[in-house]
Amino acid sequence: MTGPVLDIRDVSVGFTGKSGATLPVLRNIDLQVAEGESLGIVGESGSGKSTLALAAMGYLKRGLRLLDGSVAFRGQDMFSRTRQELEKIRGGELALIPQNSGQSLTPTLRIGAQLIEALRLHSAVPGAEHVAKATELLGQVRLPDPQAILSRFPHELSGGQQQRVAVAMALAGEPHALLLDEPTTGLDVTTQAHILELLRDIARDRGMAMVYVSHDLGAIARVCDRVVVMYAGEVVMEGTTRQVLKSPAHPYARGLLASIPRLADRHLPVALDGRPPAPGDAGDGCSFVDRCALAQDLCRSQRPDLTALPTGELARCFFTDQADRVSRTMSGAVPVEIKPDGATALQLTDLSISYHQPSLFDRVLGRSDARVATVDEIDVTVRRGETLGLVGESGSGKSTILKSIAGLLPPAGGQITLAQSEALATVVENRPPDHLRRIQLVFQNPDDSLNPRQTIAEILEQPLRLYFGLTGQALHDRSVEILDRVRLGGHYLDRLPSQLSGGEKQRVAVARAFAADPEIVLCDEVTSALDVSVQAAVLDLLNELKEKQGTTYIFVSHDLAVVKALSDRVAVLYQGRLCEIGPSDQVYATPSHPYTEVLLGAVLEPDPDTAPTLAADDVVELSPPAQGCPFQRRCPRKIGPICDSETPPWHQTADGHAIRCHHAITDLAAAQAGQAAE
Amino acid sequence: MLRMFLRRLFLGAVTVAIVSIIIFSGVEMLPGDACTAFLEREAKGKLLENCREAQGLNRPAVERYIDWAAGAVQGNLGVSANGQKSISELVGARLGNSLLLAACSLALGVPLAIFLGVVTGLWRDKPIDLTLSTMAIFAMTIPEFVSATVLILLFSVWLGWLPGIVLTPAHAPAAEFFPEILLPVLVLTMVMTAHILRMVRSSVIEVMAGDYVQMATLKGVPYWRIVFRHALPNALLPAINVVALTIAWLLGGVVVIEVVFNYPGLGRMMIDSISDRDLPVVQAIALIVATVYVGVNLSADLLTMIANPRLRTLHMRRK
Repeated sequence: MTGPVLDIRDVSVGFTGKSGATLPVLRNIDLQVAEGESLGIVGESGSGKSTLALAAMGYLKRGLRLLDGSVAFRGQDMFSRTRQELEKIRGGELALIPQNSGQSLTPTLRIGAQLIEALRLHSAVPGAEHVAKATELLGQVRLPDPQAILSRFPHELSGGQQQRVAVAMALAGEPHALLLDEPTTGLDVTTQAHILELLRDIARDRGMAMVYVSHDLGAIARVCDRVVVMYAGEVVMEGTTRQVLKSPAHPYARGLLASIPRLADRHLPVALDGRPPAPGDAGDGCSFVDRCALAQDLCRSQRPDLTALPTGELARCFFTDQADRVSRTMSGAVPVEIKPDGATALQLTDLSISYHQPSLFDRVLGRSDARVATVDEIDVTVRRGETLGLVGESGSGKSTILKSIAGLLPPAGGQITLAQSEALATVVENRPPDHLRRIQLVFQNPDDSLNPRQTIAEILEQPLRLYFGLTGQALHDRSVEILDRVRLGGHYLDRLPSQLSGGEKQRVAVARAFAADPEIVLCDEVTSALDVSVQAAVLDLLNELKEKQGTTYIFVSHDLAVVKALSDRVAVLYQGRLCEIGPSDQVYATPSHPYTEVLLGAVLEPDPDTAPTLAADDVVELSPPAQGCPFQRRCPRKIGPICDSETPPWHQTADGHAIRCHHAITDLAAAQAGQAAE
Repeated sequence: MLRMFLRRLFLGAVTVAIVSIIIFSGVEMLPGDACTAFLEREAKGKLLENCREAQGLNRPAVERYIDWAAGAVQGNLGVSANGQKSISELVGARLGNSLLLAACSLALGVPLAIFLGVVTGLWRDKPIDLTLSTMAIFAMTIPEFVSATVLILLFSVWLGWLPGIVLTPAHAPAAEFFPEILLPVLVLTMVMTAHILRMVRSSVIEVMAGDYVQMATLKGVPYWRIVFRHALPNALLPAINVVALTIAWLLGGVVVIEVVFNYPGLGRMMIDSISDRDLPVVQAIALIVATVYVGVNLSADLLTMIANPRLRTLHMRRK
């Protein structure tokens, strides 16, 4: 069959707003995907990229409707099929791999039942062979012990395993094209890299077309031939992956690239200020005009068309010739390096934390629990003015440590000492107000951490009243001052959190922490829920506050590049145990602990010329091993039985870089240098 | 799983024990006792003294509680103050009647409520949903005695189809309550259907908008298969607990209906005993109702655990 697999022509999708007007979510989208091609759709949240992917299946979420245009899959118009015809195509010739497989698998059905359902509906495999075929599919997505997985329920699998099951389910109908809606978002870096390699291999082997929707340019760079950039419901740019990621002609694509923190760069990413217009608010001009560095009068009055450039790329901009004026690299501020003055801000001594609290029942019966602690043997000293980054996969205990420092989770053993010698009470209720004030916590998701019924003023006034006893005009003035410091301004005081964008909300959360004038601010994945362009702004803000106030941060993130952007020192955690700690530059360079090596290798750079190295399996471990090295089961440089039985020693270099491994540092350096040379 | 079950059973027993202490102390704190209730105006001087002696009311409270509790465990709830009859027998008959009323209402109401709940949930905002949901709100908000009276007026006074009042004596066999029981059953069914329907409806709506239903749709699963295999097993899980609460309510909390229809159930006996100041009976009924609450909630939790793989495996792994 010739012609495109997927032919989207002039599609507009919208919903009816409160005022009764039709508000468009997608505007005049034109898109073709050829046989065997893999197309990436990039955009920030709200850009309409997921809606577009679902529309390709002839599916619209409740409330949305097709306003105009047509979607054809292999010549069949998806919006004029009957329900039966759609049921045949969906999951058959055209399959979807959803964003969050944990929630996309039916919780009450076993994996086997769900997989066999797909086979029964869409394959010619006779019923008697369904189990064998299902096992084969699970093997193809490289799941260990497929037979056992068939009888599991979705919640018994890890996120990576669930995602693989979703891939297997999509392959059951031997599709011509796969739609992938953020398939690796929310997975650990190593798992993400493994899943992406799997998808690449499968698409290549079977000659499948792929439409890959993601906000992650790193993932797109790895799997896509061609990329479409979406903004506020329209395509603003289209080109080959190389064109879009190396030197895009549209200022938005450039801004997006500059906002991504990278491992190889010491600069902070550049924020793209502002936010996209809400559906229906785009006006007559270019929808990007409010955030564009190139904007002129013409951009406000007239909407640019998607025009082809001599290089073959398409861009919706009047001034593509001036695009070079917008930097696409990180020319942001250099992170301040405050020389820690030597004074200790916080000390963790042999800290161990166990999530398992003996139940009332066990306590009555006097039973004790001899389980391995979730977090163990944490010895870290944080100096004043220093930023300590904590990195590790999910389950590595990094957030757990923050909770313990904040007093929300009493440790099972060890000491937390504030400043030189002030021992901190383990439970937050027992801490004096002064200790509470000096340690502040910023949470991952401002939607959960800001009370939706309180105005910004009420949120900020609480710590001011509590710790400083401010009232009346003084209280108001101070609130405005704090808001100014997070670049929001006094006019935000009367607003509710729901009236703010994600980035603004997180700034309020930061402001609330700084209202207490703290010495130590604990940041728990503070940028993970934000779009990259907004993330850059929050990082920049944290950096500026650090410079002005000399605050000490403990910064937790699963994103190695984000941690690198801000941290002076980095600690790498695996299964609640420290593997490596040292100055940021040294931890991110060789020699490194084998686990750090695995993590760094899996990072995806938004650059089509780089490839991740997958050194270890992405097996998820549920609990740390009882003895020996915590990383023994996955370590690519495992020596032998010694790793299983003996806790590895710390090797330390003169400049404070320490690695906990049975290999000597020189051995690691030699091995890793050898690999780099290959 | 078995350990979990035994553990919950134990905790349930502890709850009932604590409740029994509260009930006993409550009754103890009231002025008067079984003898003052029995002797009424003669309750003074020697006569009262003798009665208390005979009933053992002069013994310390702790001792009497232990006696009462030990008896209750063996099924002996003591004797009533009025008439000195065995409470177990008196209450037993009433409990049987209440169970009959509850069973009939549940048999009619639960399937109906779930069916209508699913229908309204699937056809959300369509005329059928709007009609049924509005009716449900009416059934919930109109007091039971009003709807009972209206139904009596309609079915027994105007149409003459059903008897408007129960005249069968309390100890009669279950079969003799028909057709008198039908009107009270109808009223109870209306109220409880409304509650369960609204809960099932919102649960169905939530599940049908969920990611896994969208995924099943985009996997090409036919609509009705999605409804029955993917959505309903999840949507109906919360219904178990609501049904459990309804059962407890039917057994102890439907006094008004029992009074309106003169139905000889547990609730009416409680009210009668209170006005007669028959404290041993009040005490016994309170204990029974509390036990029923604990029992049905325990069964509901266990059922949910069995029906929900998430909870089931959670407890199996925890060893």
